[in-house]
Amino acid sequence: MDFSIASILMLDGATNGAIYALLALATVLVFAITRVIFIPQGEFVTFGALTLALLQMGKVPGTVWLLLALALLAAAQDVAGALKRGLPLDRTLRSAAATLAVPIIVAALAWWAAPLKLPLVFQSLLTLAIVTPLGPLVYRLAYEKLADATVLVLLIVSVGTHFALTGLGLVFFGAEGFRNPSFWDARFNAGALSLSGQALIIFGVSIALILALFLFFERSLRGKALRATAVNRLGARLMGISTTGAGRLSFGLAAFMGALSGLLIGPTTTLFYDSGFLIGLKGFVAAIFGGLASYPAAAVGALFVGLLESFGSFYASAFKEVIVFTVIIPVLLWRSFQHGHDDEEE
Amino acid sequence: MRRTFLIGFVLVLALLPQLPVPEFWITQANYIGLYTLVVTGLVLLTGIAGLTSFGQAAFVGLGAYTAAYLTLTHGVSPWLTVWAGLAFTFVAALVLGWITLRMSGHYLPLATIAWGLSLYYLLGNIDALGKYDGLLGVPALRFFGIELNTGRSFFYLLWTIVVLAALAANNLLDSRAGRALRAVKGGSTMAEAMGVNSFRTKVTAFVLAALLASISGWLFAHFQRTVNPTPFGLNMGIEYLFMAVLGGVGHVWGALMGASVVVILKDQLQVLLPKLLGGSGNYEIIVFGILLVLVLQYARDGLWAFIEARLPRVQRKVDWADAPALAERARPPHGEVVLDLKDARKEFGGLVAVNDVSFQVRAGEILGLIGPNGAGKSTTFNLVTGVLPATRGSITLLGERIDALSSRAIASRGVSRTFQHVKMIPGMTVLENVALGAHLRGSRGVAAAMLRLDRAEERRLLKEAEKQLRRIGMQGSMHELAGNLALGPQRLMEIARALCADPTLLLLDEPAAGLRLKEKQALADVLRQLRDEGIAILLVEHDMDLVMGLVDRIVVMEFGTKLIEGTPEEVQASPAVRAAYLGTEH
Repeated sequence: MDFSIASILMLDGATNGAIYALLALATVLVFAITRVIFIPQGEFVTFGALTLALLQMGKVPGTVWLLLALALLAAAQDVAGALKRGLPLDRTLRSAAATLAVPIIVAALAWWAAPLKLPLVFQSLLTLAIVTPLGPLVYRLAYEKLADATVLVLLIVSVGTHFALTGLGLVFFGAEGFRNPSFWDARFNAGALSLSGQALIIFGVSIALILALFLFFERSLRGKALRATAVNRLGARLMGISTTGAGRLSFGLAAFMGALSGLLIGPTTTLFYDSGFLIGLKGFVAAIFGGLASYPAAAVGALFVGLLESFGSFYASAFKEVIVFTVIIPVLLWRSFQHGHDDEEE
Repeated sequence: MRRTFLIGFVLVLALLPQLPVPEFWITQANYIGLYTLVVTGLVLLTGIAGLTSFGQAAFVGLGAYTAAYLTLTHGVSPWLTVWAGLAFTFVAALVLGWITLRMSGHYLPLATIAWGLSLYYLLGNIDALGKYDGLLGVPALRFFGIELNTGRSFFYLLWTIVVLAALAANNLLDSRAGRALRAVKGGSTMAEAMGVNSFRTKVTAFVLAALLASISGWLFAHFQRTVNPTPFGLNMGIEYLFMAVLGGVGHVWGALMGASVVVILKDQLQVLLPKLLGGSGNYEIIVFGILLVLVLQYARDGLWAFIEARLPRVQRKVDWADAPALAERARPPHGEVVLDLKDARKEFGGLVAVNDVSFQVRAGEILGLIGPNGAGKSTTFNLVTGVLPATRGSITLLGERIDALSSRAIASRGVSRTFQHVKMIPGMTVLENVALGAHLRGSRGVAAAMLRLDRAEERRLLKEAEKQLRRIGMQGSMHELAGNLALGPQRLMEIARALCADPTLLLLDEPAAGLRLKEKQALADVLRQLRDEGIAILLVEHDMDLVMGLVDRIVVMEFGTKLIEGTPEEVQASPAVRAAYLGTEH
């Protein structure tokens, strides 16, 4: 290996690392606020990338139907719950309408826009609008009822959700892979190093999003309320912060970051309906570097995972997944010696 | 009834291959058996010990590949390869468990996801193991000259092993080791206070589950006669957990139920769903995923719980009347200093919870520790019992420094406690909960329990538990589930459990809270009797009538500092104590 290969691998690793960082941050965010270990994070990546791919082909993607179905279920669940508790009908119907409004508008938009083959940027925004609301809906249907269950039960729910979403991905997108067009075809050469416009976009968007999150949590009241929920659920509730609302918001953010990651890597690799799982899990491995608690450590971990993967695939390409996922073991070992016992639950 | 059920089940199993049922059914039954074996391990791990694993399929793979590789390339007899597979699995599970089980419960499942994925890709990329094509032509098992090369002949071997494993698991649950397994669920403070090595117990549960999976893998290799990585991937690992949750993680027979339902359902769905949705693929995972979530939302105890609720509850037969009593510790003579705190201090960051507190407790004495809420009484308790390490100062038990020892080591030296918030195992009977207190007075482990070689010792432990319950006046409810008791009796049960450890020093944290007057008087009588037997008692209690009439001396704490020490009369007369409790006039 010479310097030029090393630098290419480093650039490659850093590009993937930026994506993993987004996913790792979403994982930490969701865990801190809801105690859910969000295995289906990766499904939003595939949903994002493949929804765009179908829009490119002028078709209405299946995720639109999923969005409508989940919204209907959530609204029905709310209405049933409200009737059981004897709440007034008009208020119940109004809240059901609120649940349904955004999904119906987005679906109508998708219906109208799909055959028109609008510009890539518009389709990307539409994709984000389709996939992001899936997050809160998944939270409402799968997790909300179990919000006070143990981490273990929530983890098993996550795995079930992952199964269901992966299977639905197969129904929506088929078994074939897709590769999206690049957002920016430019190439920049510096010696042996060649930087694509797409890589620049990945870096730019990732950094911008991380900054935006930082500002959101540090400066906005909503963000501070989320942080309060993460520290102490009961305390936050006593302060008038809705932990249910916090959970939905965190899942919305996670779905948004997942879909965005999908849009970003769509042009760099061929994605299949089940590719998201491994991508999400790599974000996960990164999040474990920070014990599912520290955002900066998760970001650094993500960079490390990206580099490990790119160098691993150079030296032993068949074993790159083995290398990436086995690294979790020494990381856990290191954490266990750093932090020792910590297992008093409920 | 239960016994008839079991005998009937075994009879059906024995007859099934003899009947003219289609071969397909036999195959399905064999898969159910293979899966049940794995899921039985998951029940022990998830339902009993409160841990979980998504990597059981990988352990199945380890067993299967070891068997296939060794028989195919080295011609080793399958009856030897099973041990090789078990040895491999043992080491792998031990390493994984040892690394992850020191930390919070959710790190183990995460590590098993990574492990399941890694092993899948590893198996799929090793040339010697045939990469993703796997190894073909694994020979059938031979059993005393009979070749088990048909589904029907294999059925008998498989189901014998399955039934034996289920019986062994049930035996384990009803034993000293089984109580320890249940005790580690949901936190280790109580388990450690009972002298259970919670880390080791968790590792044991994980290794045990892995070994069952490995045996299933060995059988799988010789049943399918071929191995490839797919059935050992993460998806299958998740499916095993699905079977466990669906069947009911709390019951060994839930494993059988879960495996049966999933195998049958999967077969139906694989025909139905492609017709419905068009195309092909494993659409059944959509249904499995949604079902898994719904089961957790609406029927957390799984399907078996519905059957269990209809079966009569069998009361344990009292068979320990003639068992010899357990050996007792030599008691220190009356008046000897048992516990000696010298300037014990505990800081949490900048907060001093216990500020250089010193006092002594003597054998045959009850020392009351009182003070307003937040005075540091419970923290003092936690320092003495080793739940928290002291920042400074010394704590001595019968002349031996114990402030650097673990909670378990302190328990083994004769310190027993109850908890301010009752910590028990609600799903076990009162008797079994109390017997947990005698954990350190027995020694038989997992293997002995599975093979029922522990019965002599078990009878002695249960006899002791009954004796302590009798002493506390609770022998009448010994067969009730602990979770069904009211708060008062639960506290009394904790005292009986503490007494089961044959303590030199007994620490009681608000034992009278929730008791009625009569129960309080009975409790006071028991404590007096224990004092007369030479036990040293440290009592934290808010009921002043009880404290003043019972204890020999009182230590009053306020804001982490010792305010005064003296007889009840001296304390009652002290203006400083009144000020602490009632405030001062300004």
